[in-house]
Amino acid sequence: MGYIVIGIAFGLLLEKAGYNWVWALGSSVFVLAGSMQFVLVGLLAQQVPLYTVLITTLLVNSRHLFYGLSFIEHFKKMDWRRYYMIFSLTDETYAILTSTEKESELMFKIAILNQTYWIIGSVLGSLMGSFIPFNTAGVEFAMSALFIVIVVEQWFDEKNRVSSIIGFICAILALLIFGSEHFLLAALGATLVALLLRIVK
Amino acid sequence: MNVLHSFLIVAVTALATFATRATPFILFSRKEREVPKVVLRLSDLLPPAVMAILVVYSLKEVSFSHLSLWVKELSAALVTLLIHLYKRNTLLSILVGTVLYMILVQYF
Repeated sequence: MGYIVIGIAFGLLLEKAGYNWVWALGSSVFVLAGSMQFVLVGLLAQQVPLYTVLITTLLVNSRHLFYGLSFIEHFKKMDWRRYYMIFSLTDETYAILTSTEKESELMFKIAILNQTYWIIGSVLGSLMGSFIPFNTAGVEFAMSALFIVIVVEQWFDEKNRVSSIIGFICAILALLIFGSEHFLLAALGATLVALLLRIVK
Repeated sequence: MNVLHSFLIVAVTALATFATRATPFILFSRKEREVPKVVLRLSDLLPPAVMAILVVYSLKEVSFSHLSLWVKELSAALVTLLIHLYKRNTLLSILVGTVLYMILVQYF
């Protein structure tokens, strides 16, 4: 259910950026990536070049490279549905799947239900934004709040803390050096280098 | 807004997202292939770093020149942080932080 509320915030933001419910529906059906869809609103608003979209998506979603590792064997048993399982392996679905029984029917239902909530939320948010004339100024903070919550959750696990700090420092430095325009790629690149150095040494 | 370019942005995001999720299944679906150590280490280290960057990314539009807006963002961020440390309820933290920020922006 938390998915619906965050979906509503996403829909409202997208509507505010000038994209109606069709865009909300389309991106929630075909992209399906919580935090990346919030980043997507910014990419759309700034009409950035496609190579920036590609690199940003690959880096922001880089964590997904590793989610599948836990399910290679389980999804093998799932005929055509395994393609949907791979497609729909979001943070939330991954978190739920790792903590439930690895039974094919159940896993499939969880994945479908999560995407359904997400689609309902984002379309609802978009429609609310266009039909209800309330002042939505400040609603974009939902995205910041979501990211803050995730960072705090990761901070509870001690082994994450050095990474969080490295990411934070690289981000601040990138912001000061490059300004807000080219900030994201610079910060992600610097972090990747810093983490690789840390692993190699 | 350019509809074609916007459509392409969404399409690239969708394809790249699917690519990141499908990669492990393509690379390691056969048993004899072992996952390299660097990849495994990176899988532990990268996610928290990326999230820390995203926090700064989502707050970055506020420049230091607009001091009052900056104070509002920072207060809402701090409240979100504290509530989450205290209650650890994702929905509550996001709702309280967002509503507080909306009130601060609209009425002060």
